[in-house]
Amino acid sequence: MTDGLSGFDVLVIGGGNAAMAAALSAREGGATVLVLESAPKDFRAGNSRHTRDLRCMHDAPTPVMSGAYTEDEFYKDILSVTGGKTDEKLARMTIRASTECTEWMKQYGVRFQHALGGTLQLGRTNAFFLGGGKAMMNSYYAAAEKRDIKVVYDAEVVDLDVVDGEFRSATVLIGGRTVKVSAKAVVAASGGFEANLEWLKEAWGPIADNFLIRGTPYNKGKVLKRLLALGVDSVGDAKAAHMVAIDARAPKFDGGIVTRLDCVSLGIVVNNKGERFYDEGEDFWPKRYAIWGRLVAEQPDQIGHCIIDSKAMGQFMPSVFPPLEAQSIGELAKLMMLPVDAVEATVKAYNAAVQPGTFNHETLDDCKTVGLHPEKTHWALRIDKPPFYAYGLRPGLTFTYLGVKVNERAMALMKGGGRSRNIFAAGEIMVGNVLGKGYAAGIGVTVGTVFGRIAGREAALEALNCEDRVVAKEEVAHYAAS
Amino acid sequence: MPQAELIVLPAELLAEGQHLMTVCNACRYCEGYCAVWKAMETRLVFKESDLNYLSNLCHNCGECYYSCQYAPPHEFAINPPKTLAKIRLHTYELYAWPGPLAKAFQNNGLLVSLLTVVLLTGSMAAGSLMMGGRLFEPVHDGNFYKIIPHSVMSLTFGVVGAFAAVALLIGFLRFWRNVGESYSTLANPRALLRAAKDVLTMTNLDNDGDGCSYPTQTSSESLRWLHHLTFYGFLSCFIATTLGAIYYYVLGQHGPPGYTSLPVIFGTVGGIGLIVGPIGLLILMQRRNRDIVDKSQSGMDVAFILLLVLIAVTGFLLLVLRQSAAMGALLLVHLSLVMTLFLTIPYGKFVHGIYRSGALVKWALERSRQTKSKVAA
Repeated sequence: MTDGLSGFDVLVIGGGNAAMAAALSAREGGATVLVLESAPKDFRAGNSRHTRDLRCMHDAPTPVMSGAYTEDEFYKDILSVTGGKTDEKLARMTIRASTECTEWMKQYGVRFQHALGGTLQLGRTNAFFLGGGKAMMNSYYAAAEKRDIKVVYDAEVVDLDVVDGEFRSATVLIGGRTVKVSAKAVVAASGGFEANLEWLKEAWGPIADNFLIRGTPYNKGKVLKRLLALGVDSVGDAKAAHMVAIDARAPKFDGGIVTRLDCVSLGIVVNNKGERFYDEGEDFWPKRYAIWGRLVAEQPDQIGHCIIDSKAMGQFMPSVFPPLEAQSIGELAKLMMLPVDAVEATVKAYNAAVQPGTFNHETLDDCKTVGLHPEKTHWALRIDKPPFYAYGLRPGLTFTYLGVKVNERAMALMKGGGRSRNIFAAGEIMVGNVLGKGYAAGIGVTVGTVFGRIAGREAALEALNCEDRVVAKEEVAHYAAS
Repeated sequence: MPQAELIVLPAELLAEGQHLMTVCNACRYCEGYCAVWKAMETRLVFKESDLNYLSNLCHNCGECYYSCQYAPPHEFAINPPKTLAKIRLHTYELYAWPGPLAKAFQNNGLLVSLLTVVLLTGSMAAGSLMMGGRLFEPVHDGNFYKIIPHSVMSLTFGVVGAFAAVALLIGFLRFWRNVGESYSTLANPRALLRAAKDVLTMTNLDNDGDGCSYPTQTSSESLRWLHHLTFYGFLSCFIATTLGAIYYYVLGQHGPPGYTSLPVIFGTVGGIGLIVGPIGLLILMQRRNRDIVDKSQSGMDVAFILLLVLIAVTGFLLLVLRQSAAMGALLLVHLSLVMTLFLTIPYGKFVHGIYRSGALVKWALERSRQTKSKVAA
């Protein structure tokens, strides 16, 4: 099985959405393609297994999205979640290319829910895969098999042979054997490094021990690390990541969507000392969701406790684990193993500061506190109707943004100018080019699909015409000059 | 109304069902598939009665399993088709009337074989006796009633048929109460109509014309079409029998119906359906992923399929050979098989149609009643 892996035109490292988009796209370009997926078949497709939708620009309703979502609105959303930490050229290119994504995916058997079927009020901006990301990836893999794309599972790339920015071969661990695999071009689509606990500790210090990894345990970032060591330029820093607050009882890896908890806005969140530390009513999901992981990570022992009362029950997407339940705040504090007096005092002070208002979870309503530090600025209702409930919150690391710097043709750029001739990158390994920080639902899959397609196409061109590529040579000169 | 014996869902299976629904309800990626997931979204808590309802709403395809990020070997080990199949079998036992016969579901295959043998031997002996040893001589006008008098045939099948109908009705009403409905909610023509459409078209296996993951991961319409052949074949044969009765009692035609008569045409069309459909379903069953099948039910499934096919085959042979010496024996074989079907209908695979239809009626009612229990701000 490990024999005959060399000699393919394009080697794709990774097995998620970006990797398979690259593989299919390279095949469209006439190249022979080998895909090396480090996970076993059951857990193939990296974090794409846990995705559900992608964000697409569209000027009019489509069969899978309602209304319109223009380039400007999309770009404004990227600016807003990243606080301006983006590359406008790449971001706008991605947005424009996103218009083609759903139709392209459909060609390979990917199915979508109807326009209004999607949950979470994203039916306008996002197209939802029927059955979610794993179903989408199953379609891709079936399409790849039909098109003679060779896929090897349990194949972990541990080293790369790169000379002067040119890829020669990869060292791959397959079933305990080390194999050297050469190809004319390579697409690195092997994800981030969120499952590499040592690397996380290096970046974050000992608090990283308390992070939960929401996705695949196979994103070790080995290819990313090797590329950066080989002189490929980087974007972002090792602490740049999408981190959300999830149920503290979630498994260390792969808990996915069911561990999310979205009751923060309906109650208060206290730390280990029983004290509030941030405005729970600041903003809507998912912007709220995207900041709370980091907020909890900053607290002692990296844990938070969300306290709600029975009024809130049924108002949020249920988590997979049942909450702690008690008839009084004191009992609840005991169950949470928090200082009872402190929690009671916090709830009492909060209840006293709540102003009268008209509760509306759909808008930034006028229910707020006055005189608290920090205030709760919306959706503030007294926590007074037993039974009371509590959920533990932990930082849930979803993906990392430290990545390979690329141009709009998905080519890896080298430190000190210039670009690699035959190394391309797509997906999480380069998403930091577009998202410096923050996150808006579905952007990861959009970047993966857009750059996967480009990387595959460019890798095929490079592999099949490496002799007479005027454009490529011009571009080498262009990047060398800039 | 007799009370159903209290058969409590085994604690382990209850826990498995609740774990399944808790994970699924927190995920909801499958909401674009069948009614199970949409019905799930209207609930926050999953009691035994909810699981009983949802398990019967499940059409047992497998689409959700292949799409599931939590399917084994993931530690959450989510396997909706298998878990729901196990709960479904339990509900069949729970609703069965009379209660003690519920055990028949466990060994339905064996029961069917035994009944066939007993009825066959019995009817052969009785037939021979009645015909004074002339059972294997041709009846030249092909008149069945010269082998078994019409009165005997209609009386025995009438009694057994009525028993089966009553047993199914009681089972249905037990289901209806168990899943939290009252008898009065049944009187909703709009819901009944909507459910009838879901039953007759099998909307839940459609996925916009792509079909579903049955028998393998690749989407296919084969389950739906083969089930249609079986279902409408059965219906067509039922219509043929009813027409036959009308010809006999109303039109006074006491001889065998002609080849171009309506009963024969409906019987022939139905018979073809009942040969092609069930055999196709059996082939699909064999090709199915073992990981998502509750193996304990294959006896029940296979027994039902074989009965339908054998009834159709012997029915055709009877039509063609009705003027030959084989007619007498064939008729007794055919009738013994039909009698076995009637007797086992309330304790075998057939009941899935009753409870799934009931679940679809409830689903139609729920769609008009409720909104999703979720809020996003």
